[in-house]
Amino acid sequence: MAASKPRVRLPEQAQAGEIIEIKALITHVMETGNRKDSEGKPIPRNIIHTFTAHYDDVLFFKAELGSGISANPYLSFFLKVPGPGELRVTWLDDDGGETIERYPLNVL
Amino acid sequence: MFEKITRSAVTTRNREALPLARRTVLSGAAALLLAAVGNRSAHAQSGPAHPAAAAALDPLPRLPTPQFNAAFAKVVGDGTPIEGQMTLDLPEDAENGNIVPYRIAVESPMTEADHVMRLHLFSTQNPQAAVATFHFTPLSGKAAVSGRMRLAKTQEVVAVALTSANTLLIARTSVNVGIGGCGTE
Repeated sequence: MAASKPRVRLPEQAQAGEIIEIKALITHVMETGNRKDSEGKPIPRNIIHTFTAHYDDVLFFKAELGSGISANPYLSFFLKVPGPGELRVTWLDDDGGETIERYPLNVL
Repeated sequence: MFEKITRSAVTTRNREALPLARRTVLSGAAALLLAAVGNRSAHAQSGPAHPAAAAALDPLPRLPTPQFNAAFAKVVGDGTPIEGQMTLDLPEDAENGNIVPYRIAVESPMTEADHVMRLHLFSTQNPQAAVATFHFTPLSGKAAVSGRMRLAKTQEVVAVALTSANTLLIARTSVNVGIGGCGTE
């Protein structure tokens, strides 16, 4: 789905109980379905409709996105760190594309 | 074209003195608009001293789309959303409606008993009213999210949050859009 690897930023380390900010950016056209091509035919919608974030397999943030979200969707959200673990983020698009990325979090 | 005229009328309102020669150059439509704007500010001056009450006299630039009304009603139902516990930040002026940054933050303890469960972001003028729905859990720590949205034209953006204690919260922000996003025109 994505032409390039998504960029996810989270702190290098955190303390248990700390609330950390996570930023996630992915390359995607986010075609609205409202536009027409040069021959006047409608261009089918192709957007990332769902983004999820799990920490150690527990869902803590989910975004259902519509065509009103800009191309190359960027999201910033938060996690209250329960302890050492792994962040898993997933993007799903209309073409059935799925991008999954995992990031370990160092907890002091 | 109409947009442009509106804008120039608003700009001239902000300037103190307007040379008479320039005013006569304005087209009939623009002059009418100018008159309307003049009336509105006169209204605000003669109206109640409270700024919020004066602002309430200002009509919205455009009525929300039927799609927004339907989507909003579906979320809010017959509940009464409370203002003040949520902030919805967008730029006052957005040159490019394709990329408009938004930031939403809800004041919430984010405990098991009382946390924000869902947060809806609506556009009142886009072809699709439901821009995004965000889901949180106590593990989120904070009910806050930011990103970038498309705005087809100048409009009000609305956020509605639902807490686990069944409270509805609302925040609204108006954005002046230069070049519209959404690729409809």
